[in-house]
Amino acid sequence: MHKDIVYSVKSPFRSEMNILGYRFGKGEKSACIVGPTRGNEVQQLYICSQIIKTLSRLEKTGAIVNNNEIMVIPTVNQYSINTEKRFWAMDNTDINRMFPGDEEGETTKRIAAGIFNAVKGFSYGIQFASFHTPGDFIPHVRMMETGYQNTSLANLFGLPYVLTRKPQPIDTGTLNYNWQLNGTNAFSVYTSATDYIDEKSANQAVSSVLRFLTRMGIIKYNCHNGFIATTLEEELLMSIRADVSGIYRRFKEPGEEVTFGDLLAEVVDPIEGEVKSQIIAPSDGIIFFAHGKPLVIENCTVYKLIRRLHE
Amino acid sequence: MVKTVFSIDLPVLENMCILKNRLQPLDLTGNERRVSIVTGIHGDELEGQYICYEIIRRIKENMEHLCGIIDIYPSLNPLGMDSLTRGIPAFDLDLNRCFPGSKEGDMAENAAAKIVEDILGSHLCIDLHSSNIFLREIPQVRMIEENASMLLPYAKLLNLDFVWVHPSATVQNATLAHALNTNGVPTIAVEMGTGMRITKQFGDQITEGIFCLLKEIGMWSGDVILPKTPIVSSEGHRDVTMVHAEASGIFLPAVKHWNSIKKGDVIGDIVNTLTGEIEQHIIAPCDGMVFTLREYPVVNSGSLIVRILGGDL
Repeated sequence: MHKDIVYSVKSPFRSEMNILGYRFGKGEKSACIVGPTRGNEVQQLYICSQIIKTLSRLEKTGAIVNNNEIMVIPTVNQYSINTEKRFWAMDNTDINRMFPGDEEGETTKRIAAGIFNAVKGFSYGIQFASFHTPGDFIPHVRMMETGYQNTSLANLFGLPYVLTRKPQPIDTGTLNYNWQLNGTNAFSVYTSATDYIDEKSANQAVSSVLRFLTRMGIIKYNCHNGFIATTLEEELLMSIRADVSGIYRRFKEPGEEVTFGDLLAEVVDPIEGEVKSQIIAPSDGIIFFAHGKPLVIENCTVYKLIRRLHE
Repeated sequence: MVKTVFSIDLPVLENMCILKNRLQPLDLTGNERRVSIVTGIHGDELEGQYICYEIIRRIKENMEHLCGIIDIYPSLNPLGMDSLTRGIPAFDLDLNRCFPGSKEGDMAENAAAKIVEDILGSHLCIDLHSSNIFLREIPQVRMIEENASMLLPYAKLLNLDFVWVHPSATVQNATLAHALNTNGVPTIAVEMGTGMRITKQFGDQITEGIFCLLKEIGMWSGDVILPKTPIVSSEGHRDVTMVHAEASGIFLPAVKHWNSIKKGDVIGDIVNTLTGEIEQHIIAPCDGMVFTLREYPVVNSGSLIVRILGGDL
């Protein structure tokens, strides 16, 4: 394992923010794994730390196949993690909207450019990211439909679901999108948590990456085969919305199967305590996403359902 | 007449309402043109507040000169304005990246869709912005190249100093101005001043310009000034040059905003307040006028220091 500084940012008041790259093996640029770009992505940080730990052990036992280099950038933004800010603390900009970056641009564009310079050219790119709507997901691999996406490869992670998303203008600044346009097979891996550690889904994410690297012939690692993934298009997921605002009680979790008419959640009057609304399953299916906050605003998406899918 | 454009229940004992004030002639013919003036998409941008107040005040005092319908939306992001938050609090979303919105979406998308729906049908829309807290801007209009032929005739009436025509950027597809410009409502995005502040001088200048524009399109019969002729970045081969910080520290400017500068002049220093040393001595790379100047003293490497409009001015 070789550790170097991929990019560095100076602050007038803090110690330098050195973005580290951990390299395993030597040879062709095979796989690159990038951790949190945002300050609340603690689960993503934890997953990367576990991947680094495991790859260090595998390298010592000769389990990295010759002529393969794997790079892991465990965090792009420890400044925001340490101050508990989601975005860049100075100007509230989102590094994961700044790719491919600009070496002569604003600070976060420079960071994005520095990272992109380091991560481009790899055959496979894996990013641990989070979604802008706070809530919990079924663990899945997410890909942008850029025309370069390869869902068959995404299946090799062995996670239960592969989700494809038609890129919106706001997506064009993400690492995933720009990696793909630059010739890297890019995948974003989502687990069921963001700002807290969920050990079970973190382990699942670590295993999925090791499984993928094994199947691509980059490492030798004996692991369970995982799932044969169900591939979904994001726009076909069924949004279930709250019809009133108030205190939110969630009864179903991501991954649970529900049938038409099941009680999914309740909204309670925050002052008088009465149930204002019951949210009922409009279809059979499996919960893909579940709202995670204790308060809810009317029209907010509280669940996304994979319709008519059974376990 | 105050109307509710959008309303949604918040979780605890409150509605979030986007309101507008409609000013119209006492005797309507039914053929009046309508102009929409909006501001406060970003909660930290307050320059438009004074302009809204001043336009309403002047019209109310001279209703006999009003020949059309003026809709004034002083706060498209009321929660942000109330909480010193640029985006929409709780959602951490920039409202000006949510347009055209969707009735099927969450609160931000709902609000965006309702705002667009309400403005559609206007003859013209003026979208008033401040800069953010980091930069000070002279009053200016920004537009993308493909809209220049449609918008420049209006922008030139707004009593501005500068019109910046720049290449289109992908993310602008999600702005209110883009949503309206592509749906038949010419929309001019005005930028001025700095975040979280009101610069009365700029507000008065733009207010006069808005009345010039209203007069030109037949919606105001009162006296107006002769508007300034703005410098247009796309006319006369004038380039915009940006100077970014190459060091982190405290920026101490040596230039004044809205002044001309010569190549080689000192723009300012970035200093280290622990060692007492100058980290970067910033020199102007070209002649021109400083139309953007760093306002917030703390800088990181990459922070924008100045924008210079090049050429003889």
